[in-house]
Amino acid sequence: MLPHGAVCKPGQSRLNKTGSWREFRPNVAFNNCNGCGICESYCPDSCILIKDSVSIVDYDYCKGCGICAEECPKDAIMMEKEVK
Amino acid sequence: MHEKKVMEGSVAVAHAIKSAKAQVIAAYPISPQTHIIEEIAKMIADNTCKSTFIRVDSEFSAASVVYGASATGVRSYTASSSQGLLLMSEVLYAMAGTRLPVVITGVNRTVSAPITIQPDLQDSMALRDSGIIQLYVESIQEAYATHIQAFKLAEDHDVLLPVMVCMDGWILTHLYEPVKLEEQELIDKFLPSYKPKYMLDSKAPLTYGSYADDEVSEFRFMMHFAQEKAKEKINSIAREYENVFGDYFGGIIDHYFCDDAEIVIVAMGSVIGTLKEAIHEIRKSGTKIGLLKVRSYRPFPGEEILDVVKDAKIVAVIDKSLSVGQGGQLASDLKAAFYNKKAPYVLSCIAGMGGREIAMKGINKIIEKCKLALENDSVPFTEYIDLKEEYLK
Amino acid sequence: MNGFNKENLLASGHRACPGCGAAIGVRQILKATGRDVIVVSATGCVETFTSPYGQSAWEVPWIHSLFENSAPIASGVSAALEVLSKETKVVVISGDGATFDIGFGGLSGMFERNSDVTYICYDNEAYMNTGVQRSGATPYCASTTTTPVGQYSIGKLENKKDMPAIAMAHGIEYVATTSIAYPNDLMKKVTKAINIKGSKYIQIHTPCCIGWGFDPSKTIKIAKLAVETGLVPIFEKEKGKSLVSKRINKKVPVKEYLLSQGRFSHLFKEEEREKIINEIQLLCDKNIEIFNI
Repeated sequence: MLPHGAVCKPGQSRLNKTGSWREFRPNVAFNNCNGCGICESYCPDSCILIKDSVSIVDYDYCKGCGICAEECPKDAIMMEKEVK
Repeated sequence: MHEKKVMEGSVAVAHAIKSAKAQVIAAYPISPQTHIIEEIAKMIADNTCKSTFIRVDSEFSAASVVYGASATGVRSYTASSSQGLLLMSEVLYAMAGTRLPVVITGVNRTVSAPITIQPDLQDSMALRDSGIIQLYVESIQEAYATHIQAFKLAEDHDVLLPVMVCMDGWILTHLYEPVKLEEQELIDKFLPSYKPKYMLDSKAPLTYGSYADDEVSEFRFMMHFAQEKAKEKINSIAREYENVFGDYFGGIIDHYFCDDAEIVIVAMGSVIGTLKEAIHEIRKSGTKIGLLKVRSYRPFPGEEILDVVKDAKIVAVIDKSLSVGQGGQLASDLKAAFYNKKAPYVLSCIAGMGGREIAMKGINKIIEKCKLALENDSVPFTEYIDLKEEYLK
Repeated sequence: MNGFNKENLLASGHRACPGCGAAIGVRQILKATGRDVIVVSATGCVETFTSPYGQSAWEVPWIHSLFENSAPIASGVSAALEVLSKETKVVVISGDGATFDIGFGGLSGMFERNSDVTYICYDNEAYMNTGVQRSGATPYCASTTTTPVGQYSIGKLENKKDMPAIAMAHGIEYVATTSIAYPNDLMKKVTKAINIKGSKYIQIHTPCCIGWGFDPSKTIKIAKLAVETGLVPIFEKEKGKSLVSKRINKKVPVKEYLLSQGRFSHLFKEEEREKIINEIQLLCDKNIEIFNI
């Protein structure tokens, strides 16, 4: 604990794996994805990234909000029920 | 070489802030603080003071500006009084909790309602739980010295708390006296530039002001512990100042003629000057009376006071303020420190509110009440020394 | 769409609701600012979901003080940076409650001093963090927990406070409105603003699924609708230049926007409250005319 009045280190929210919140998970159909990046710019949780021209979801943090699926211009993302 | 000039108390404070090389200053005018900030503004306009002065829209903003500046790693200062201190109180609590070493001049003036611009300690008393260190000065020269000492104290890495230098409004801010202005080179050596422990810096990002749940317990304890540590720092800084500049006004406390005293008066602020003269007179008549000056009110020097007055029969505490519904704050704190220990009686005396003068008459009345209490072996909870009975009918 | 390859400076694991518009806004803002920035935030949604002790989501230096003072704090940070000769930009990210209401005085003071600060207000149109109470930014007839719909109430009676106009009235360097629906527009405006000296004000419309009553996946759709009806005009005004607005390609009747959210559902229950819907449509039409969108 830093002894300096509630001052703390950056980026430690990653300790909190918000993926456990989700009820639906986004699945990316790589064939349809053209790596446009729209999903990445709209994701509230920085958990969809463009790698090698396709979208990759970070399921550790994805809360399953469904914005990516809704906004994908290629309908390449489908929301499916999360299996716990 | 130091310079000795006759000047107004406010101007002396401005000189201290200039010499302490405060980097960012923000203030909003309120009587009787105005002359301090006006003098600083004049010094900046003449380029004799190199501080950045932000003229803000309210005291809340003033405290917020220095909060932001201090967090970004610069020496910061503000001043206010009465309503202004209350308005900035939310920020001051946050400042202490975030451990920002801002120096604040608290020009003591009572608090509305009724509205008045007369001095008493009701304003700074309202902030005694905040975590801010409170030092009360007796004279203009002490105000000058204590502001310089305050930066050194606040910025000490074991302390890192805001420090409020409390000085009675009008009595100390608007009086003219000869003041010794110290040599800048010596001040620079006594008070080197601020080296922050942490700060907002894009090269080493930190998150300030995160929210804690019950870790608040630890953070609050650490503040309290820092104030405990500050006691010895206040003492050592005062002695160091004496070594360099030759002036000593006390550490956390100071005392006069307490060695053989049967009655000791305990007080803070400018009334100490009046009491010092009175003590001399009263002693001539044979009454064994002593004076204890509380210089640091927070951290509270309870043990240290007891150590000085333990052999006295009774201690009369003058409060120029009132915790409505309970009593005098300084007296209550002292009673708490004395409780469960072998200690003299404590007589709480309320006097001097709203700028009502505490003069020989009042002091004699206090001594009378002390003697009566000793005679009857019974001490009333509070004595109101100077109430005008005719108004209360 | 550029920006997806910019460094992500809001770490995952923050506690925003799924689909949070404000979180999208913060991410887009930080893409534009990059690392050399100090962010100041007021108490509110963004502050709360990004900064639990020991789990901060901020990768840039960030300071939270109180609810009403992000503007003067930013003034202080900016003054200190100047003293230290550092070029780091100062950006405020505070909500509508902190900006329109409780922080109004301090903000006006900051504008008047022309402090070198980019003040960005994320506008989710109520005090969302404390449970959806109305703010000065809540639109006409929206239902909130302190302006609930009831037998004798149709929601908030007052109009939305026009903060961009108030900012412009201060004569500051740059005032702009934008929306998370248009990330390129948002990032361009933030980039422009941070490189102007003096005070800048940017208001970002950030829909809130919980507070407004819609499915989290629809956040961007609703943000777009708000703009397409003319209810939320998108424009920018640089000092000394004319106001430039973003034209709407296809105007949408405001009814469609109102129907999409739970907070306006009372306008369609029992009989459609035509009169009120017409009043709101008039607001949109006025905006379309004034801003030439």
